[in-house]
Amino acid sequence: MADGVFEAVVACVVDVLQVPAGKVVEEAVFTEDLGATSLTLVEVVMALEETFGIDVPEADVEAVRTVGDACDLVRGLT
Amino acid sequence: MTAGRRRVAVTGLGVVLAAGTGADALWQALLGAPPEGHRAVADWDPSLWLGVAEARHTDRFTQFAVAAAASAVEDAGNPRTAPDASGVVLGTALAGVGTLERQALVRSDRGDKRVSPFTVPMIMPNAAAAAVSQRLGRRGPCRTVTTACAAGTDAIGSAARLIADGVCDSVLTGGTEAALSDTVVAAFHNMRALSPGGRTRPFDAGRDGFAIAEGAAVLLLEAYEAAAERGARVYAEVLGHASTADAYDITLPLPDGSAAARCMLLALRDAGLGPADVGQVSAHGTGTRHGDLAEARALTSVFGSGGPPVTSAKGITGHAFGASGAIEAVAAILSMAHGLIPPVAGLATEDAELGGALDLVRETPRTWAVGPVLSNSFGFGGHNGCLVLGPPAT
Repeated sequence: MADGVFEAVVACVVDVLQVPAGKVVEEAVFTEDLGATSLTLVEVVMALEETFGIDVPEADVEAVRTVGDACDLVRGLT
Repeated sequence: MTAGRRRVAVTGLGVVLAAGTGADALWQALLGAPPEGHRAVADWDPSLWLGVAEARHTDRFTQFAVAAAASAVEDAGNPRTAPDASGVVLGTALAGVGTLERQALVRSDRGDKRVSPFTVPMIMPNAAAAAVSQRLGRRGPCRTVTTACAAGTDAIGSAARLIADGVCDSVLTGGTEAALSDTVVAAFHNMRALSPGGRTRPFDAGRDGFAIAEGAAVLLLEAYEAAAERGARVYAEVLGHASTADAYDITLPLPDGSAAARCMLLALRDAGLGPADVGQVSAHGTGTRHGDLAEARALTSVFGSGGPPVTSAKGITGHAFGASGAIEAVAAILSMAHGLIPPVAGLATEDAELGGALDLVRETPRTWAVGPVLSNSFGFGGHNGCLVLGPPAT
């Protein structure tokens, strides 16, 4: 999808988790592939909220497993 | 440590201060002119010791401790010790207060949801010791001492006991502080503890409070025999420690200094020494009206007139609260190594009310017959901590 969401999500993930952009692909699992912990995943979601001006409900945070999930979450709220 | 079975060697020193990083920066500062104002660690760059994500998730007081601890281990020649016999004991007074202030402002400006999920592990007082333990794989006792401005001294005493008692073979110990937040500065100002001119003048007639300092000092302590066996450079020996409480007031010292005096005598007894054996006193000497007066009375009751030379580092270093005792322990060790006692910076006219019995080191460094140093620290809450350090056995 050329809506710019993926690119913006990548930027947030790279900044928060300090991982190379090349590793941040749709299928990447935050914990296993990108080294996120429960607390740094919260920080990723907070960064998405800031970037996209959205408010992510608590329950939705727990459903975010992959970078693709995060993109879908953003698209559903924007 | 007469109650313990083993002697305790200091084999590594790590210092992070406004004056610079490393024990030599502290020593050069102690021989120089006193700076004015608060002593922030300007242009602090945690990236030498921590990754970007780690630095974001640690308060400055933890970053200083990690840097000072790593420096102390390196200074000691990176000795290998069994992880289970390696401990960490650090002191701090105000811990992650800077992070708490920033997150309180975030919450006030932007709401609950913007508060960092790392706030609690950043502000908790044990964060610094935990980070040192984690990064260096030290799996023995990992403790944090919070006796306000006596914390650094009490931490070293507690760490030495772990070695004397055979619990640990190696302990990283000292103190760390990063409390130059606007709220803390305003609070100290409002309680009239800060020098309006930003000059700490211990024992001076015109003393009017202290300047605040940031920083950390960490010492590597090892079992003396083991350190000697591996040919380690032994800077000093931790001979004794004691702590007492004033049981009097939350900020004011007991006016007659009696609980502080008892602490000094107990520390000397722990070292198997008497007042006549002390070669130098490293005073708490913060430059407050009440504090210096009580300490002078305590020192006079222990040593009488004709006691050992007395200095205070705080005219140079400012007051780093829970790190101050550790910084001054390093200063005492450097004083042994160099055979010189730095003068009390900021002292021009001794306060006559102090009684005139103290042999204060004035104006220029003084050569001395290197011997045991009694290092005093006193904290809000009425905490008294005294440490006795000795030169390495020859």
